[in-house]
Amino acid sequence: MSPAPATEVPAGPPAASPASEPVVAMTGITIQFPGVKALDDVSLRLFPGEVHALMGENGAGKSTLIKALTGVYPYDAGTVTLAGVEQRFTSPADAQAAGISTVYQEVNLCPNLTVTENIVLGREPRRRGSIDKRASRERARRVLAELHLDIDPRSVLGSHPIAVQQLVAIARAVDTDARVLVLDEPTSSLDAGEVAELFRVVRSLRERGVAILFVSHFLEQVYEISDRMTVLRNGRLVGEHRTADLPRTELVRAMIGRELATLEDLERAAPRPVEDGAVPRLSASGLGRRGAVEPADVAVHAGRVVGLAGLLGSGRTELTRLLFGADRATAGRVEVDGRPVRLRSPRSAIAQGIAFLSEDRKGEGVVGDLTVRDNVLLALQARRGWLRPIPRKAGDEMVARYIRALDVRPADPGALLRNLSGGNQQKVLLARWLLTEPRLLLLDEPTRGIDIGAKAQIQELVARLASEGMSVVFVSAELEEVLRICDSVVVLRDRHVVADLDASDTSLDGVVDLIARGDTRD
Amino acid sequence: MTVSDTRPPEAPDRPATPAAASRPGWQGAVRRWLRSTSTGSSTVSVLMTGVLLVVLFGAGSVRYENFGYPQVALNLLVDNAYLIVLAVGMTFVILTGGIDLSSGAVVALGTVMAASLLQAGWPAPLVIAAVLATGSLLGWLMGLAIHGLQLQPFIVTLAGMFLARGICFAISGPSIPIQDDLFTAVAINVVELPGGTFLSYGAVLALVVVALAAYVLHRTRFGRTVYAIGGSESSAALMGLAVGRTKVGVYVISGFCSALGGLLFSVYILSGWSLHGIGLELDAIAAVVIGGTLLVGGRGLVVGSLLGVLVLGTIKALIDFDGGLNSWWTKITIGVLLLVFVVLQRLTSRRAGTAS
Repeated sequence: MSPAPATEVPAGPPAASPASEPVVAMTGITIQFPGVKALDDVSLRLFPGEVHALMGENGAGKSTLIKALTGVYPYDAGTVTLAGVEQRFTSPADAQAAGISTVYQEVNLCPNLTVTENIVLGREPRRRGSIDKRASRERARRVLAELHLDIDPRSVLGSHPIAVQQLVAIARAVDTDARVLVLDEPTSSLDAGEVAELFRVVRSLRERGVAILFVSHFLEQVYEISDRMTVLRNGRLVGEHRTADLPRTELVRAMIGRELATLEDLERAAPRPVEDGAVPRLSASGLGRRGAVEPADVAVHAGRVVGLAGLLGSGRTELTRLLFGADRATAGRVEVDGRPVRLRSPRSAIAQGIAFLSEDRKGEGVVGDLTVRDNVLLALQARRGWLRPIPRKAGDEMVARYIRALDVRPADPGALLRNLSGGNQQKVLLARWLLTEPRLLLLDEPTRGIDIGAKAQIQELVARLASEGMSVVFVSAELEEVLRICDSVVVLRDRHVVADLDASDTSLDGVVDLIARGDTRD
Repeated sequence: MTVSDTRPPEAPDRPATPAAASRPGWQGAVRRWLRSTSTGSSTVSVLMTGVLLVVLFGAGSVRYENFGYPQVALNLLVDNAYLIVLAVGMTFVILTGGIDLSSGAVVALGTVMAASLLQAGWPAPLVIAAVLATGSLLGWLMGLAIHGLQLQPFIVTLAGMFLARGICFAISGPSIPIQDDLFTAVAINVVELPGGTFLSYGAVLALVVVALAAYVLHRTRFGRTVYAIGGSESSAALMGLAVGRTKVGVYVISGFCSALGGLLFSVYILSGWSLHGIGLELDAIAAVVIGGTLLVGGRGLVVGSLLGVLVLGTIKALIDFDGGLNSWWTKITIGVLLLVFVVLQRLTSRRAGTAS
């Protein structure tokens, strides 16, 4: 284990503006949560006209640091200065008034109002005491034009895709004359074209001298857009670097702090052949749902990992939900081990030994106010029936075993789940389903929004489960990931299955082509 | 709406709404108008309620002679003035995603307070001020509990309902007649309209309240914040809007409107009784929902609530005119109608959801 370099000599301001003072300087920020030090003596400097990436694994303290900056959390020690003046924001409104705007991963605007209103809300131009709607719209139009965004200011925000909503959120920040723009994982649900559009806007803001703090899990994007970066690990500052001076491997090492079996090194498990004539564990023929996914054939054999690849909205999630009975199919048949079954509800799917990890962690899986232990045992208990409680000791043992096996951190069965980072919550949910010993595991974006270390662990786990005979359906927006861990790949485009490929003789470019053009190859 | 379709001269090469702008004829015009109201789907819901009202009234005119007179229509306003005011207050609350179950009881409290204070010899203006202040105060307290303590509006206003109803009984069990000059004058005199028709002062006041509410909701920051909270309360807070003040504010408004409704009711019925207005809050909620306001908040127009009240009034009038039908048919019809509207809302909002 070669130790990552300890706190570096701080890299200077960006070359473009050598003499400038930092617009934001956070020094010695410490935040104590019950039982855990979320931030310990962390510093961050933001210069005008730079894109600064805030890097770290889940649970490293990135979100907490941002919340300290924007007045959501109070900090126990340290100082925040804005343009040299010490500040102590007590609310997001406070920070906004001082020129710090934040765009969150889940767009924090009001979907029921128009684009115009979302841009000017709270600062509407007024004439004789009442809101001047025409002037509001003109102002929105001006801001959108400044950012070269072609969005109808009169349209209702909720009628646009997330990507557009995020751009509107940025337009709102521009309208407030923000000097500092915080982008908290803005790209995690965008496709490549949308990311390019977002970066175009970010660059034009940088040219205008706005300081941009950028949080993302995508290394590619970080290297593409950022000038400097600050790396956190376990609530501590690891270092401040110029992006150009920090090779990726160094960055990953700094974030993880140990020799990682880097994702590139993660060996593909030996291909798991299907015996001729073997009955698939699950086979769906002509399975579809009107308006969601066109009739498709999917077969999953024992011990195989089948990937579903496609863009957002291609029907990959919808197809998975049909396989779990979470949505009802309007066409097609499903057979489990050759026997026809009807998946009318998640209950009937669970009865068939099917488990489903939703992409919507927050909405459909995590019970934040229960402990890790209770969350893990939830599905098993539900399966046993509530009249037959799991013996305390047996339960403790099972939970401890999975916490160890999946490396859940903190390894405390009594911790409330909502206090865990996204990646660790995901592991807990996975443990919950594994405990029920499913024969078919449906994983919808199990690695989205979680850090590299946890990602590798989850991928390893999937491979191990398959080698032990479990069947897995693996949905992911990341093609490399799908190709690495799946035995076969079902490609979807515009709600149609366009191909069913053997992963071993498929290249990344081939799949990209299929997704982009949708040529069927069968 | 003064927001007409104006495109800025500097962007002529980029039509803001290509689909709508290029559509020929009246459909395009309708679409443009709907967009320019910036309330899109709410406008559609309100139009639906308006059409329903016209159909119901038209059916009545055909079925029963004497139904088609203008005064019958105006009587809908006269007879339901208190409910209109109540529904306006309720609209504010529901737009934020809340509910106010206390308003019927506050109406009763208003009538009992007015009657007993007048009986005790208080001057009428002072009585009116006291009633309005009491309603607002009660609303303020409920708002504080809801926002400050993060309690469910349902429970808090349920408690408010019991409290207000209880205070009524504490003041006076039996009904107290109102003989005050001002109150009776308002009750008897009317505003003459052309064609020999008339409106009561209460009805005029109710219409003024509707207009005022529409202005507040659409032209003030407070009003836009009401919609923002209904859309997403956490977003509204992160956008730096005055969420707390606004949430408390809508309950003050609802309390005030309930008290005002109570005054109108006591003028209408010239008595104060602790059993007045039982279930009135549910009528108000029904009117708001039939008027196209979503119960989850964020979408709806106060004009819709006015139309909703008129729909309820028309149904009642139809059943009264028939004479042969039991008055419980009113409830049955309203129940069915409510269900139909909620289902329609569900379908339209689902379509809007999948369109994105």
